[in-house]
Amino acid sequence: MEIPYTVDLRPDTGVYNAKIGIWLFLASEVMLFGALFSAYILLRVGAEPGLWPHGWLDVRLGAINTLLLALSAITTLLAWAACKVRQFGKFKFFHACTILLALTFLGIKSYEYHDKWIHYEIALGSGPEAGKFADGHLVEKSADFDLAKKTGTVTLHGHFVADRKELMDLRSPAAQAVQNEELTIKAADIAKMENYGPKHNTFTAIYFTLTGLHALHILGGTAVIFYLWGPGSKLWRRDPERFTNRIEVSGLFWHFVDLVWIFLFPVLYLT
Amino acid sequence: MSDPKVPSHNPPAANHAATETAHPVDFNRYVRLCGVIFLVVLCTTSAMIATSFSHLGEGWTLKVTLILAIAAINAFLVAGFLMHLLSEKKLVYSVLGLTVAFFIGLVGLTIWATSNFPPGTVSH
Repeated sequence: MEIPYTVDLRPDTGVYNAKIGIWLFLASEVMLFGALFSAYILLRVGAEPGLWPHGWLDVRLGAINTLLLALSAITTLLAWAACKVRQFGKFKFFHACTILLALTFLGIKSYEYHDKWIHYEIALGSGPEAGKFADGHLVEKSADFDLAKKTGTVTLHGHFVADRKELMDLRSPAAQAVQNEELTIKAADIAKMENYGPKHNTFTAIYFTLTGLHALHILGGTAVIFYLWGPGSKLWRRDPERFTNRIEVSGLFWHFVDLVWIFLFPVLYLT
Repeated sequence: MSDPKVPSHNPPAANHAATETAHPVDFNRYVRLCGVIFLVVLCTTSAMIATSFSHLGEGWTLKVTLILAIAAINAFLVAGFLMHLLSEKKLVYSVLGLTVAFFIGLVGLTIWATSNFPPGTVSH
């Protein structure tokens, strides 16, 4: 049995079925990300003055990822155009580029996540710096380090601050002037130790939620594009027009993922 | 001599009644278009970063507005040209129009309810 309207245009809609299907799916995706962007607005507007982080994310890496996704959107379009003019070799080349760009994007995102994972804020309860906060990247934990038993030491590459508010705006002149050094802290002096993971504060929570969901979309999209580039490309020999439509539909999803990042980058990295 | 049973890598279009192949694609035009789009994305991304680090106004309100306006230009390029939204069918526009209406409702209701706390709520 042949599936109808995989290539032929359906008279009542004017498009083939998969196209209207992907647009309906993208409409639901708009609502999904819209809800999360609404949550971001609520959290940001509701934050106490001076307590919403600025400059916590690396703008250079964010900008590189923006350009990588823009390039991948372009290679996706060119892959589709190559199919349209029946140049399978060019399609293979441009789709391979898309996959490589997507994997590079994910690699950079993983690096950024790792950077937050090894970034610690330590509240000191006793010792010479009691009442202060140590902030920096983990260098090492001693072999006997155990926060519950209060044994061992932890070494950070960072600095001390008297007030947590000093850690909020890393673009401020004061934050820019900070000199980081190696700080070795006894577990016995630590009142609270937490990395910059999702539970650190509302900013990191919404940052990991938004970018994590986006990264999952990138991963899913890459898997589909890889399938169409590899085993799925057998369809080209039997029905090139149907295959071209599959490329168009996967491309529409990929452009949507790019569209989401176009707003994620300024919202999280620049404002 | 090639085996006639083995199809070529670049087969002709199948014989379909009414397909979108009615609109021929000029590959070189797409390459030029993509080059222009990438240059614009490069410029707008640089402009967003420059705006973010500039000393415009007192707080973040003006900067956020400007940065999001520039991001909207990027979004227009991707949606309009890469997703072909400038030349789509009426049904797709209808779906998107409905989505925009629901999206505005979702964000609008959320913002409208920002300070609408239930009686007795304690804020820290």
